[in-house]
Amino acid sequence: MAAPMLRWWCLGRRWVLACIDGGSRHGRGAAIGFTSSRKRGQTSVAQQPLITSQKSRKGEHEWAAVVGLEIHAQISSNSKLFSGSRVHFAAPPNSLVSFFDASLPGTLPVLNRRCVEAAVMTGLALNCRINKKSLFDRKHYFYADLPAGYQITQQRLPIAVNGSLAYSVCVGKKPSRVITKTVRIKQIQLEQDSGKSLHDELRSQTLIDLNRAGVGLLEVVLEPDMSCGEEAATAVRELQLILQALGTSRANMAEGQLRVDANVSVHHPGEPLGVRTEVKNLNSAKFLAKAIDSEIERQIHELENGREILNETRSFDYKLGCTMPMRDKEGKQDYRFMPEPNLPPLLLYDTESLPPGADPQQVINIDWIRERLPELPSETRERLIQQYGILPEHSFALLNEVGLLEFFQNVIKETRAEPKKVTSWVLNIFLGFLKQQNLAVNESPVTPSALAELLNLLDRKAISSTAAKQVFEELWRSEGKTPSQIVSEKQLELMQDQEALERACHTVMEGHPQVVMDVKRGNPRAINKLIGLVRKATLSRADPTAIKEILERKLSP
Amino acid sequence: MLGRTLREVSAALKQGQITPTELCQKCLSLIKKTKFLNAYITVSEEVALKQAEESEKRYKKGRSLGDLDGIPIAVKDNFSTSGIETTCASNMLKGYVPPYNATVVQKLLDQGAVLMGKTNLDEFAMGALGSDTGGSTRNPAAHCGVVGFKPSYGLVSRHGLIPLVNSMDVPGILTRCVDDAAIVLGMLAGHDPKDSTTIQDPVKPFTLPTLTDVSKLCIGIPKEYLAPELSGEVRSFWSKAANLFESEGAKVIEVSLPHTSYSIVCYHVLCTSEVASNMARFDGLEYVLGDKEEEPLRTVSQNVNIGQKCHRCDINVSTEAMYAATRREGFNDVVRGRILAGNFFLLKENYENYFIKAQKVRRLIANDFVKVFNSGVDVLLTPTTLRGAAPYLEFIKEDNRTRSAEDDIFTQAVNMAGLPAVSVPVALSNLGLPIGLQFIGRAFCDQQLLKIAKWFEKQVQFPVIQLQELMDDGSSISEIEKLASVSLKH
Repeated sequence: MAAPMLRWWCLGRRWVLACIDGGSRHGRGAAIGFTSSRKRGQTSVAQQPLITSQKSRKGEHEWAAVVGLEIHAQISSNSKLFSGSRVHFAAPPNSLVSFFDASLPGTLPVLNRRCVEAAVMTGLALNCRINKKSLFDRKHYFYADLPAGYQITQQRLPIAVNGSLAYSVCVGKKPSRVITKTVRIKQIQLEQDSGKSLHDELRSQTLIDLNRAGVGLLEVVLEPDMSCGEEAATAVRELQLILQALGTSRANMAEGQLRVDANVSVHHPGEPLGVRTEVKNLNSAKFLAKAIDSEIERQIHELENGREILNETRSFDYKLGCTMPMRDKEGKQDYRFMPEPNLPPLLLYDTESLPPGADPQQVINIDWIRERLPELPSETRERLIQQYGILPEHSFALLNEVGLLEFFQNVIKETRAEPKKVTSWVLNIFLGFLKQQNLAVNESPVTPSALAELLNLLDRKAISSTAAKQVFEELWRSEGKTPSQIVSEKQLELMQDQEALERACHTVMEGHPQVVMDVKRGNPRAINKLIGLVRKATLSRADPTAIKEILERKLSP
Repeated sequence: MLGRTLREVSAALKQGQITPTELCQKCLSLIKKTKFLNAYITVSEEVALKQAEESEKRYKKGRSLGDLDGIPIAVKDNFSTSGIETTCASNMLKGYVPPYNATVVQKLLDQGAVLMGKTNLDEFAMGALGSDTGGSTRNPAAHCGVVGFKPSYGLVSRHGLIPLVNSMDVPGILTRCVDDAAIVLGMLAGHDPKDSTTIQDPVKPFTLPTLTDVSKLCIGIPKEYLAPELSGEVRSFWSKAANLFESEGAKVIEVSLPHTSYSIVCYHVLCTSEVASNMARFDGLEYVLGDKEEEPLRTVSQNVNIGQKCHRCDINVSTEAMYAATRREGFNDVVRGRILAGNFFLLKENYENYFIKAQKVRRLIANDFVKVFNSGVDVLLTPTTLRGAAPYLEFIKEDNRTRSAEDDIFTQAVNMAGLPAVSVPVALSNLGLPIGLQFIGRAFCDQQLLKIAKWFEKQVQFPVIQLQELMDDGSSISEIEKLASVSLKH
């Protein structure tokens, strides 16, 4: 049962794909969606991808794709960006709406300190320069779920600029190689979320829910440094992990806390960049890479057939598996940006510039926040590699599931088994069971202590690894029993009686003279057959290493 | 009693010469007798009588809340008043009943003031008629012979004031005398957590000291304010005032504010841009214009409670078309004109050439003032208006833009710079109409400004309006009405 999982996790390329699926717990099914892009993906991660057209001679019409991202992350805060309304997902419609959120005339925005701190934290974690002075602007457009007729954002002078995000992709099959890539971050800006429109086609009316209106967003703009859907998806996944580690956003795509728009274009290497399209509302991790890759394919196809790419907004149709043009909103939009007159410039300080005697409630000290940044995912992985000597790709896998790292560390704490052994068990068997049953780590019937105890039995050779897997299955099925109980109930202990084992070996050799002859003739496989026969005779309770030792001794000339 | 100052009335209330209810009824009766003036959009009679009654109870128990307890006040109809219709004199907001009080309204009510109603204004205060964006407190004060005070920007909360130009709007104070303005300022000033542009420092209520010696003062006379359109009468009162200061030992010097003449055109760009933005929220979704047969208006707060906003979209009509129709019906020509102009200035291709340039000019105008004040000038003395109030027929001859350009010529720049300024009535013109002069102070030196204005007020002894006669003698009311209608016809 665990075997296919094991292959899935170790197959070099595929675990990156698994990264993308990360939080959504759809198991293998999700990865299948990416197979179509795999071939190109494999070349693209190693170097600038050159996509060779099937029709042309090799090298003549190569295409390069360029992908940039705009990511909106909802800030995890108790109240909204400019009002005291609570922030809560799935509350009854319009139950979290202040007068300001509803844009009653005369109401004014009051900046939420927590949201500013979240932006500074995120900026620091993404190696940005934090602007000590940033400004708010109004971006105007009419839409039913935008009650003020404008959104307050940071167009001119955002809170953080010029950062970078490192993400890793795995190349090659066993042994795989982890390559770190970097995407530049243009800026991070604070802005308001809009409300939600619900279109009731039957009664041809639109219902508005303003609960989301005014919730703080971090818009993170990633420069077009990526070249395929997989890179984009991996970068987004890394950003998601960083936001979650910081606690600045829950970054759950299914709940709309992380939303991605992608700018995609293709060109011939050495030539200017092509016309780009914007693929909007990639709200599912599952389809992010697929949407970008299908858009790249579409653009190449259009250009190779002599057509032009229009600078337009497209959306991904997950049923058809391709992007479709979105109905254009009244042609070209001019957002008529204007400074927000009701908010003074946002001033931040560092320890050096902090005015003496400043009220700590009224000022934000960047250095203070920097000193309190939690461990970031890249640091955690590095620590795992250093501390436990595990493989880089395993460090990725451990961080990729919510709660898995904590589970792993709890097992480590209670077991004498080697960290590598623990890693293998956690990533292959434990995670395999979870995936198969679509469970989250915290829903697992097997506790870290139980697994630790099981690994201890294995470590001191009280049971064989085959028996250990049997115990694990039993643990999964029948909660409440300890591994030792299961071992003794099922009589799974390894034979400790050396003489009995010698006798068993002797009996098997006597009963299979032909196999013994094969061994003596130098067939290296033949001994395995003997080992297997002895194990069968001992009801799998003998240690294969011990059996091998005895057989070799007896068969030696 | 109605013609007296806040202080005098307050003393009378304390001594029991009059009760809050009697005072309130006198006021209501005057409002009714002068209804033809259209001064009020909403008279909140019931609420006022109830508040007066409560005030009366407090006085009886000897627990008055202070100088404002039982004092009748009126609030311009662009301040949000909880439970009382607030329209900005616009069809767009007809029937809108705010669910909250503006901070300044709340502060006055907390002091026991009795709210008589909501006073009239141009639609969204886009004309020369207490909020002050370009002179809308000082100009009417000058024409009406009362004190009109515009505080420093950031000293008084704008929360609940339906905005015209956020970066210039301030709640203005209209009172009979400078002392009264100071009392009200003391109640209103200070940080409001709901308005991020208010100053952080705490402001305490204060009593205005009486200035006896002006010899250490330096009064600036900006030469650019000697406009060719300035009437001879106003000009002569202005120079008399300057002479008065000089004769009492003050240093009176000519100063220059070289960018003054750009103020109006700069204002036009900034004002229309902010108007275009501020009016974007009136899209008909939150504030549906009611057809006659339908229920009147539903506010967002009501709809929010039922979990949806009304979507007034006829079948086969797009949301955009609905916006357009709503906004065409809901706004008058002046508002629509400003929205169109403002959106034009904010277009990507125009932003640099208009909006950014206007902001730079605004900075130059503000710097003019800074330079003058840094040179040692304490206050500036200027006219408030070009002339006395114009008769109705002349008033309506000019279009709104020309009118506001003329009306705001002396008051506008102050809003650009965020400075405090006060118009003090000086004398009556030959036609018997009041004339006011303006003092402009340093930013956040509002008390110093009012102190000087108080000294000046005492010297000029502007005649007190005789409202009592109106009240006592029914016949004179009709005469006034006749007079008014005569002046309308002539």
